[in-house]
Amino acid sequence: MSTVLDSRSFLRWCWRQLTSMRIALILLLLLAVAAIPGSLFPQRNQNPLQVRQYFIDNPATAPWLDRFSLFEVYSSPWFSAIYLLLFISLIGCVLPRSFEHLKAIGAQPTITPKYLDRMEHFIEIKETDLDQVEAYLRKKRFRIRRDTNSISAEKGYARESGNLLFHLSLVLVLIAIGVGSLFGSKGDAIVNVGDRFINTPTSYDILGFGKYQAEDSLPPFSLKVEDFKAEYDPVTNSPIDYTLKVRTANPASSPETTRVIKVNQPLAYGSTKIYLQANGYSPIVIVKDKTGKVIFDGPTPFLPQDGNLSSIGAIKIPDMNPQIGFVSSFLPTADRDPIRGGFSSYPEVLDPRLLVSVWKGDLGLNTGVPQSVYRIDTSKMERIGLKALVLNESYDFGEGSITFTGWKSWVNLQIVDDPGKGYALLGAILAISGLLISLFTRQRRIWVKQGSKTQVAGLAKNGIPGLEQEINDLVKELSNER
Amino acid sequence: MSDNSAALLSNNFIYSAMLFYTLAFLFHAVEVAWSVKTPALNVKRTTLDFTRTERVGRLASAFLILGFLLLFTGVIFRGMSANRVPWGNMYEFSITGALAFTAAYLFALKKYKFRWLGLPVSLAVLLTLGTAVTLLYRPSAPLVPALKSPWLVIHVSTAIISGGVFLLANCIAAAYLILDRYEQKSGRPAWAINLPTLETLDNLSYRLIALVFPLWSFSVIAGAIWAEAAWGRYWGWDPKETWAFITWVAYAAYLHARVTVGWRGKKAAWLCLLAGSTFLFNYIYINVWGTGRHTYSGL
Repeated sequence: MSTVLDSRSFLRWCWRQLTSMRIALILLLLLAVAAIPGSLFPQRNQNPLQVRQYFIDNPATAPWLDRFSLFEVYSSPWFSAIYLLLFISLIGCVLPRSFEHLKAIGAQPTITPKYLDRMEHFIEIKETDLDQVEAYLRKKRFRIRRDTNSISAEKGYARESGNLLFHLSLVLVLIAIGVGSLFGSKGDAIVNVGDRFINTPTSYDILGFGKYQAEDSLPPFSLKVEDFKAEYDPVTNSPIDYTLKVRTANPASSPETTRVIKVNQPLAYGSTKIYLQANGYSPIVIVKDKTGKVIFDGPTPFLPQDGNLSSIGAIKIPDMNPQIGFVSSFLPTADRDPIRGGFSSYPEVLDPRLLVSVWKGDLGLNTGVPQSVYRIDTSKMERIGLKALVLNESYDFGEGSITFTGWKSWVNLQIVDDPGKGYALLGAILAISGLLISLFTRQRRIWVKQGSKTQVAGLAKNGIPGLEQEINDLVKELSNER
Repeated sequence: MSDNSAALLSNNFIYSAMLFYTLAFLFHAVEVAWSVKTPALNVKRTTLDFTRTERVGRLASAFLILGFLLLFTGVIFRGMSANRVPWGNMYEFSITGALAFTAAYLFALKKYKFRWLGLPVSLAVLLTLGTAVTLLYRPSAPLVPALKSPWLVIHVSTAIISGGVFLLANCIAAAYLILDRYEQKSGRPAWAINLPTLETLDNLSYRLIALVFPLWSFSVIAGAIWAEAAWGRYWGWDPKETWAFITWVAYAAYLHARVTVGWRGKKAAWLCLLAGSTFLFNYIYINVWGTGRHTYSGL
C-alpha cells in the first residue's frame, strides 16, 4: 500500500510546526547563536579595511568564510532566514491570538465551573448576598458574569493586551529597519575649515543609497565650515570637546544661519542628519617647478593614525613632468625618541613637522584602478629625496621645490538619511510599554457560588502570587458586613 | 576640594570597603562552618544549627552593609573627582557594578530569608573590586566627547543595574543546580540544610529576571537612541551591541521557555546561566579584547 502525501495537510502541518512555541523557542536561540560570528569576524559594512587585512593574513580560509557570508553576517541569507522565519512564526502565533483576545474583551467571563472545590484557594463561608459580592468585585475592577446563583469574575485582561502589543511592536521595528535600509542614504565627506559643502552626490567621498532611494532626493542644503575647535586634556591627551561652527542654508540659495554641530548634537534637516564623525589636519604646501612657477598651493587632508594625531597622507602632483608624489606624514607636536623615531606627543599643533619622501615617475592615476587619496602606488616611481620640514621651510628636490606654509583642520561630516528610525523608536516604545503592562498585570479569576453555603475559589494565570490575598480580602469583607 | 584629593579619597574608601567585604566574607564563612553540629557517633548525617551562629551571621551582614556604604562613598567621590557620573571607563564600571550587585543582594535580603547568599556575594564583590583596583585602575579623567551626553547616565546606569540583577539570578540558578545534584544523589549536605527549597530558588531567579528584563530592554533602546545621536545610526552590529542583543534574545527565550512552554527547575536554571554568561562575556571579553565603538575601558 502506498501513502499519498496530501500536500495541503502537509503544508498545514508545517504551518502548525512553525507557529508552535517549541519551534519559536528554537528559532530564538538560533538567532542568538547566529549573531555571534558577526562579533568575531570583521564585518564589511563596519570595517572594510579590516576585512581586506583578514584576506591578506588568511588567504586560505578567508574565501571560504566569505562563501558563508561570515564577513557580512547580518545581511547573509542564513541570518535573514532565521529572523524572517522567527517573525513569520511570531505573526502566525500572535495574529490569531489577537483576534481571540478581541473577542474575549467583548465577551463575558467563562461560566462558573461545576466543582469549585477542585480549584485553588477553595473556601466555604456562610451564605452571602451575591449582590454584595458583585458590588465588591466590581469595585475591585473585575469583569463580572452573573448567573442565577453564581458569579464568575475575571480581571487582568491587560496582561494579554500588553503581551500582544509587545510582539506586534517588534514587527513594527523590523519593518522600520527595512524602510531605513531601502529608502535611506548614508555618506561621508571630508571638508577643510573654510570650505563649503554642497549636498549633491559628487561632493561626497563615499555615498551609499538604499535600493529605492532616488539619487536626486538629497535635501539641497549647503554648509560652510567656519570654525572647528578641539579641546584636549593636557594630562591624558584625550579629547574633551569638539565644536564645529557652520554657516548653513537649506535650500542653498536661502539666507545662511550659523549653527553648531557637536559629537552628540547633529544638525537635522527633516529625516537627514549631519554628524561630526572625525577630524584631522590638512597641511598646506606650495609646490613649484624648476622655473619657480607655482603648480600646487593648498591643503591636503591627512589621515590620523593615533590619539596624538600623527597623520599620514599623500600629496600628488600629476601636473608636473615627470609626475611628483610626496609620501608624507604630519606631526602636530613633533617629538623624537631613539626607538620610534619621530612621533607626535600632543594632538594640538604646537611644533609641527611635515615629513616628505619625494617620488618621481608615474602616479598611476590614469589606470582606472581606484586609488586611496592617502597613499601613493610607488611601484612605477623612484625616490629622489627625503626631508623633515618645519613651518615655512622649503626643500629643493631637483625637479622643483616644496614649502610647508601652514595647516588647516578638516572635519569628517557624516550625512545620514534614515526615514525609518522614527517608526523604529515608536515600535521600541510600544514594545516596552507592552512588556511592562504584561509583566506587571496579574490575571486572575474568582468564582463565587451560592448553595447551602457560599463557595469561593480562584485561579491565577501562571501561578502568579496574590490570589490568596485577594480571596482573603473578599472573604473578610463579606464577613465584616454581617 | 581639588579633583585630585577627591580621587585619592575615593581610592581610600574603596580600599576600606574591600576590608569590610573581606570581614563579611570571613564571618559568613564562620557562620556556615560553625553551624555544623558534630554528629553523634551513631548518626551518619551532620546537621546544621544556625541558632549558635545567628550573631556571627548578623555581624557578617553588618560588615557587608558597612562595606556597601564605604563603596558607595568611594564611587561618589570618584564621580566628584571628574565632575561626572562615575562610569567613564572599565574601572569605574566595575566599582559601580559591584555597588549595584551588593545593593541588589541587600534589597533581596530585606525581603527574603537570604543570608546564605552572602558568602558567594561577598566573594564575587571582592573579586570584582580586586580586579578593578589592580588591573583596571585608571587615573580619574574627563570624558571623551562621544560620552558627553545625558544618555550616559540613563544608558549605563540601567545597564549596570540590569547586570547586577542578572548576576544575582545567575548565582541563584547556580545554587539551584548544585543543590539539585546533592538532592538527587544523597540529600543536602549539612551546610545547605537551611537554604531555601529548590522551588523557592527556581521562582526567585525567574522573578528577578522577569523584573529586570524590561529594564534591560530599556537600556538597549536608550543605547540605540544615543548611538543615533552620536554615531549616526541607531543600530550598527558593533560587537557590544551584538552581544547586548544576544543577551536580550537569550533572556527572551528564557521567559518564553518558562512562561509559555513551562520549563521549570534544571532546564530553566541552565538557560538562565547561559543567558547570564552572554552578559558576562560582553562585559569582560568585548570590553577588554573586543573592537568596535564601545571601547571606553581605558585599557
